[in-house]
Formats: sequence, C-alpha cells, structure tokens
Amino acid sequence: MELIIALLNGTLAAVGVYLLLDRNLFRILLGLALLAQAANLLVFTSAGLGDGSTPIIPKGAETLPAGHPDPLAQALVLTAIVISFGVLAFCITLLKQAHQRSGQSDVMALAKSQR
Amino acid sequence: MPGDRRGPSTMSFDQFNPAWVVLLIFAAAFLAPVLARVPQKNVGWLLAVLPALAFAFFAVGGVSVWQEETWRSSIEWAPAVGVNWDVWVTPLGLFLALLVTGIGALITIFAGAYFGDSPHRGRFFLNLYLFMGAMLGLAVTENLIVFFVFWELTSISSYLLIGFNHSKTEARKSALDALLVTGGGGLVLLAGILLLGQVGGSFLLGELIENRDAVHAHPLYAAILICFIVGAVTKSAQFPFHFWLPGAMAAPAPVSAYLHSATMVKAGVFLLALLHPLLGDTPLWHYTLLAIGAITMTLGALIAVLQTDLKRLLAYTTVSALGTLVMLLGFEDDLAAKAAVIFFIVHALYKGALFMIAGILEKTTGTRDVSQLHGLMKSMPVLGIAAVFAAASMSGIPPFIGFISKELLYQVKLEAPITGWSLLVCGIVANAANIVVALKVGVAPFLQSRGEDMTLKSKPSIGLVIGPVVLGLGSLIFGIFPQLILGDAVTALVNQIKVADVTIKLKLWHGLNLVLLLSVVTVALGFVGFAFRKRFWALGREITKRASHFEATRIFRGLLQAVIQFAGLVTRTIQSGNLRQYAICVLTAFLALLVWAFVRLPIDMQIPDLGNLRFDVILVFGLIAVGSVCMLLTRKRLTAVLFLGSVGFGIAALFALYGAPDLAITQLLVETLTLVLFALAIYNLPSLPSAVETKRPRIVSLVISLAFGAGITVLTLKAMSMQLEEPVAVEIAQRSVSEAYGRNVVNVILVDFRSLDTLGEIAVLAIAALGVAGMLRSACSSVQVSSRAPSSAVLLASARFTAPAMIAFSIYLLLRGHNEPGGGFIGGLVGAMAVVLIHLARPDLPLRFLKLSPRGLVAIGLGLAVVSGLPGLLGEGSFAAAAWGPAFDLPLIGKLKLGTPLIFDVGVYALVLGIVLLLYDTMQMWNASSRSQPQPIP
Repeated sequence: MELIIALLNGTLAAVGVYLLLDRNLFRILLGLALLAQAANLLVFTSAGLGDGSTPIIPKGAETLPAGHPDPLAQALVLTAIVISFGVLAFCITLLKQAHQRSGQSDVMALAKSQR
Repeated sequence: MPGDRRGPSTMSFDQFNPAWVVLLIFAAAFLAPVLARVPQKNVGWLLAVLPALAFAFFAVGGVSVWQEETWRSSIEWAPAVGVNWDVWVTPLGLFLALLVTGIGALITIFAGAYFGDSPHRGRFFLNLYLFMGAMLGLAVTENLIVFFVFWELTSISSYLLIGFNHSKTEARKSALDALLVTGGGGLVLLAGILLLGQVGGSFLLGELIENRDAVHAHPLYAAILICFIVGAVTKSAQFPFHFWLPGAMAAPAPVSAYLHSATMVKAGVFLLALLHPLLGDTPLWHYTLLAIGAITMTLGALIAVLQTDLKRLLAYTTVSALGTLVMLLGFEDDLAAKAAVIFFIVHALYKGALFMIAGILEKTTGTRDVSQLHGLMKSMPVLGIAAVFAAASMSGIPPFIGFISKELLYQVKLEAPITGWSLLVCGIVANAANIVVALKVGVAPFLQSRGEDMTLKSKPSIGLVIGPVVLGLGSLIFGIFPQLILGDAVTALVNQIKVADVTIKLKLWHGLNLVLLLSVVTVALGFVGFAFRKRFWALGREITKRASHFEATRIFRGLLQAVIQFAGLVTRTIQSGNLRQYAICVLTAFLALLVWAFVRLPIDMQIPDLGNLRFDVILVFGLIAVGSVCMLLTRKRLTAVLFLGSVGFGIAALFALYGAPDLAITQLLVETLTLVLFALAIYNLPSLPSAVETKRPRIVSLVISLAFGAGITVLTLKAMSMQLEEPVAVEIAQRSVSEAYGRNVVNVILVDFRSLDTLGEIAVLAIAALGVAGMLRSACSSVQVSSRAPSSAVLLASARFTAPAMIAFSIYLLLRGHNEPGGGFIGGLVGAMAVVLIHLARPDLPLRFLKLSPRGLVAIGLGLAVVSGLPGLLGEGSFAAAAWGPAFDLPLIGKLKLGTPLIFDVGVYALVLGIVLLLYDTMQMWNASSRSQPQPIP
C-alpha cells in the first residue's frame, strides 16, 4: 500500500509541476492547487499510515492505543490545508488582476508587457 | 558605580550619568521645533541654554578627569549579548564633549539670528540637536557597538543638515555624497569593530586596551587597523575621500561652522586618537597615517589657494587641517600628540569663527566671492577685529594660540626620525597656503580698501557676531595663558593617547631658534602668495576648465552611476519577469537540494511489498490519479476545475480511510470552497489553449516534472522507512488527557500544545485574505454594485431551513472538537458555508454573521486568539500556556472544560468564518462589477 501511495504522491507532484510550468495563467493556478495537495499528502504519509484507527483517545483510556496514526502530522496538515486555500485565493486574485490589467493570459507576453 | 577601577571617586558629579545629558539633548531635539515656533527673533538664545548648561556640566564635572580620575557608568541595553551603553568619560571624550557643547551653544545663537524668522528654523534646530546629541554620545561612549550607533547617527543627521536646502539639486547631491562616503566608511568601521570584538574578546575599549598585546599579535591585526583607518579617514575627509567636505558647503553657514570645523569631521581624528593606545605604534599605523595625512594636508592647502569662494576656501583648508591632524597622530613621539591636541583646539577656534564670519559676510553683502569683498571694517568693526584675530591665529602669529601650534608642528617635523625633511617641506607649503587663505578670508574683506566702501544689505545682529567674537578672543586668551587654561588638559590628553606619564608645560615663547626662523619664513611666503593671489585664481580657473574630468566628486558620481547601471543590468537579466523561468529556477534548486539530501542522509529505503491491497483504497487512488492526469489533457476550464475537485475529494477520502477524520472533514469543506472560488474566478479568465506551443519548452517541462515526481516518490518512501526512536507524538498523546483535558489529540495539539504555531498560521491566513480583499477592492472600487434580486424561490426556501441548522451544527462541531472530530477550523468552514448559502438565496442582503462584517470577524478571531494567550503570562510566565477553569457536562456535546484553549478555538472559528466570507464577498463583488463584459463559460 505504501508503495502505491508514494507513486500517487509522485504523480500528483509531477502533474502539478507540469501545469505550473505552462504559460497559461489558468493552468498555472491549477498546478499550484495540485502541488498544494501533493505537499499535504506528503506530510501526511511520511509520518506513517497507521492501522486505520483515529488519533482520538477512547473513553476510559489515558493515551492512544498502539498502532495509532501520528496526530502531530495530522495537526500540521490540517492548518496546511486551510492555509493553502488562503494562498490559492491570493494567487487567483493576483493572476486575475494581472490578466485584467494587461489583457494577457500568457505569462511570457505578460513579462514583456511589464517592460 | 559599576566599572570604577580606581576606587570611589571624590567627585560628586560622577553620581550623575553623562548619558542622561545625551538623552536630554535628543529629547530637546524633538521639543525644538515647537520652541522655534515662538514668534521671537532671538529664539536662538533660548535654545542655546541647554548646550551651554551641558558645557558647564562637563567643564565642572570634568575637572577631576584632567587629574586622571575615572568617570564611568553604564545603562543596560541588551545585556544578553553584552551590549550595554557603557559610558566612560576619558580626557579625549571630555575634550570632544566640551567642544561639541561649547561651540554648539555659540552656533545655536548664531543659527537663531541667521535664520531669523524663517519657517524652516524648527526643522533646522531639530536636526542640529540630533547631531549634537549624536556627537556627544560618541564622545562619552566606551562600548564600541554603541559607539558605532552614534557614529552612524552623526552621518545621518549631517546628511539632513547638509541637504537642508533640499529644493536645490546640488544640496541633495552633496548630502548624498557625504552620506555615501561616511556611511560606507561606517560599514567598514563596523566590520573592524566586530573583528576587534572577536580578537580582543570584548567591545569595551578599556578591556581591549588591557588586551593590547594579544590584539597586536593576532594575524587579523592589519585587517582591523585598516578597517578602523577607513572609517576614520572617510569621516575626516582624507584623500581620496576628501571631496565630500567641499561639496557639503551647500549647507547653510551654521552647519558648515559647526559640522565642518569642530565636530563631525573631527570624529575621525577623535577615533584615531582614542584607538591609538590599542592599535597604534606599529609601522603600519605610522606609515599609513603619515602618508594619508601628508598628502591630504598638502593637497588641501594647494587647492584652497586656487579658490575664490569663501566657503570653499575654508573647506579646503579644513581638509588640509584634518590631514595635518591625521599626520600628527601618525608620528611616534609624545611631542606629536601634544602638537595634535593643541592644533585640534586651535583649529576649532579659528575655523568656527571664520565659517561664521563667512556666513555673516554672505548674508550682509550678498556675495561669497573674496575678490569682490573689501573695506568692511568701517561698517562692521567688531566683526572685523574678531576676523583679524581668527586669521592671525590661523597664520600662527604670536601671541595667538595658533603660534604655539605651528611652532610645535615644525618641531615635530624637525625631530621626527622616520620622515626626514620631506614632511617639513610639505608643512611649510601647507602653512604658507593657510596664511594666504587667512589673509583672504579674515583680513582682506575688512582691511583692503578699494576706493568706495561696500554697502551692507543689513547690519549683523548681536546674535550673529557673538560667536566669532568669543572664538576670536578665545584664540588670543588661550595664546597668552596657555598653561593656565590648557596645561592640565593637554597633559591628560597626551597621556591618554600615548599611554605615557608625562607632564606638559605650555608656553608661548620658545626663544630664538630654528623653529622660529621657519615660522618667519612661512609668514613671508604667505604674504608673497597673497600678493600673487590673482595669478592663483586665474590658474584655478584654468585647472578647473582643463582637468574637470579628474575632479574627485565627478569621479565618485561617475562610479556611483556605473554601480547603479550595473545593478540595473543584473536585475534585468535575473528578474526577467517571466514566471516560467522563476519556477524552473526554484524547482531545479529544490531538486538539487533533494538529491544532495539523499546522498548526505543514507536512509535505507525499504520498498514495501504490495501486500494486503484494499479495494476501497485502490478505487480512491484511481479517482485521484485519473483526475490529475485528466487535468493535463482537458482543454476546457470548467472540466479542469471539476477534475481538480475529484482529486481533492479523493484525498479527503484517503484521509478518512487512514484514520484522520479531522483532515477528511477539513479537506472536504475546503475543496468545496475551492470549487466555488474557481467557479467565481473563471469569469473573464482566459480559456485554455496550452501556451507551450513549441517542442523544446514542452520537453523541458516534461523532464522537470518527471524528475520532480520521481523525487517526491523517493522522498515519501524514505520518510516512511525512517524509524524514530520515540516520536514526539507518543508523549503528546500521553499528556493529552491528563494535562489538556482533551481526547482528540489533533485538536489538542492545535489549540493547546502548539497553539503558538496555530496563531502564526491563522495570522498568515488573515494576511492572505486581507491582501485579496485589498486587491479586489482597489480594482472595483469605482463600480457601483447594483442591487440584485433574490434568486430562485426553491433555494430561498431550502436555505431558510438548512442555514440555521448548519450554523447550529458548526457551533456543535466547534465545542465538541476537543474530544471528537471537529474544532475551530472545521466549525468555521461549516458556518461560512451556511452564511454563503443564505447570501446565494438573498444576494440583496449584506453578508453578515451575527451582524458582524467579514472583516470584523477576522479582527475578533485574531484578537481572541491573541488574548487567550495572555493569561499564560500570569501563571507559568510564558505566552500561550493554557489556563483551565471548571468543566460542565452538556447535553449532546458531552464534557466541556472552560479554559484558554477553548477561547483560542473560538477565535479560530471566527477567523476562518470571517476569512471565507471575505474571500467570497470580494470575489463575487468583483464578478458583479465586471459582469458588464461577460464571457461564456466553455
């Protein structure tokens, strides 16, 4: 299972990067969104997958049972998900703004129009 | 008193810390503009009280410093890094402090009269006091780091003073020249101070001097010395950095009289004298200073003779005088130190007077051209006498103190074993040139008759004249009673500079000897030079015409221009503006780092067998992988966004399958919002033809993305194979129930154990959202959003029931989050969706939650999160340490324990809610404003 998840991570990252390197503004946004997903998944999986139980201490117990997943990684990813949403929103606005002001959707043309 | 090495002093004054005088002057600087508003012409007199008091303080308090008592104290500043404001009034420092405050008081009176009721005088006094405080700080500070702060403050405040007439281009340029030269030198000085601190193990001058031998023996000694010399010679306008000083004559007369006679430019000389006990008396010290000083002295004097502008004449002789001082500090024997000290005083007295006289002449006659000025003695007799006194001292005529100084100069040069006669010749030339200048500035304008006398535009007021008179009389009185007034001081100064224990006797008349003969020859040469002055002026004009390319200012500005152009070239090359290029750079660097990390940290990568495959998980994988690849292939924007959604929901499912309910819920909600965001953003964004048409960029993209994907795959596998001894999560889980009263460990980490991190993260979120709002508001501020009709009745009806339920549910999620999946993030997202739903149904109503605007929610959320950290400061003394109250058993929610983490989580809830609403609001307002040119969704 781990191997498949690792390959999935790689796929997401590769597609994200390919889109990021495109010249079209909209595809760059899509690439950014995918890269954020890949990064979150990377943090989540690199702490180990656990046995499927949740990091919630059962009633009556004092600590998590053996084989539990890593709660620290989950806490990191939880805020990362929300932050990547905020950053994505920021980038969408930024690129929209750039597009609206210059009328260009091609980053190469955008670079030239800034000169 | 801390650091008092010679036991308790008998002086009562040392109970008072001189640092407070410095701070008082800084404080007064900000009061000065208010005072200067008083519609009173003689406001200068009022403002001069403080410097005069400071002068009296140092004069009285310092009497025992001349007897070599110590006067030290310290103010804690940053004790953890060994930087305190250590004050040590040494004889040298006291000497400088007396000059700064004494001449400062005279200049303040002068400036008050000079500016009259000009509206700019408030600004002037502010800058002047700032400068005065900085110079005074420099004089009394022992700690070299703090010393450097004052050093830079003098550069900055003098920049403001030189550029005082900022409407003139030349003033601005000259001020910038001065700032760049002295500021650049300051940076080199800082390097020297840091090196010295490393080598000598302290930043305190006293301790460093005790460690002198170690510093001298260290291989970095030469580097340290050169750094300090660069710092000093840039400040004191030594060749080849001399040009900023004549340029600085763009400043008003009071500035020139203060900064460029007695204070700022002397700071470099002061630094060298201060450091002589520590770094001096090596061949490198001697020869460097002798060479720089002699060149500057001779060059400055020669250029001065060629000038006709009063202030430039004086500026170049100042350069020459500073060269003389640097040269004298380069000599080995005690006599040279004595000569330097005396000349320091002499120069401050006569140059201050002459600069002020130049200002008065310009003000009263309207010209600064010495070839025009004549016959002013009748109209300004008092000023004329003061001018003649100053000129006589400058020329070294007995009984003025300048005579003593010149005799000493010649004696040093005659007796110096290492330089022979060459410096003597330079000295005679320079002194003769000084006499020419003294005659031109101090004597000719008043005594030279040319038929009709000049008429004055205005009579100089007493405020203008008092400064030159006091300083001119000083030159005479100091010359007649040198031992009485200066004996102790000069002895203490020489002993400090040379670490000696000599007693100095000063007297005016040394009898008939070789030195006197040289003096007579010099004066004769000076008069001959004065007789031929018109030839010199013609020569000067010729040289300016022919050799303007070699003028130092021009070269410097040319170099500066070249640096700026080079920087522009580099920026244009690197910052192409092409996003793709930047991304390639970042990604390649990331890959390189990744490979380097793999090589450096050889973690065994266990490739796990596929084993227990789960069908449900495979299905989710398929969803994600296919979704992402389809995003690559599709040509339609909406399709791409939907596939992005499928990837996101797939990952949410993955989180759910692998025991992360909080993550799954959050991901699900965020993914929904992302879809909404993209759908809103899709309006008038371009459609999707792949813009990479040509083959090569496509191949580059492919290679980089495949390498990146492979790297991430390997990284994941390696990370999963790594076994930590004791993951920190184990301890967190153990302390979760007992200390944080929570069973949902993820939430406990977020709001309690690592709440400071979370605070940082939500702050980032808030900044991003406000950035979006700001950008969009500015884009659509001009467009009036038309009132919109309510949408479909079905939506309205369903929203009426679901939205309140959703809000209740969101609060339930928030409150139970400490023990079950939920919490502030999830609750806030659900709450936001409810509000958005209401708004979709009733777009005519403003977007509100409990009457709060999105911005208000963000502010309240962030505020609550910060406030919740404060009680921790009281208890355990650390921010964000949790404090707990009583617990309640609530229906549905279960046990709820009150405490700061709960407040924090409520803050997160409000903030997330606010941010989502803010984003939604601005996006859809923007769309509403740009709907006038709608584009079809493909």
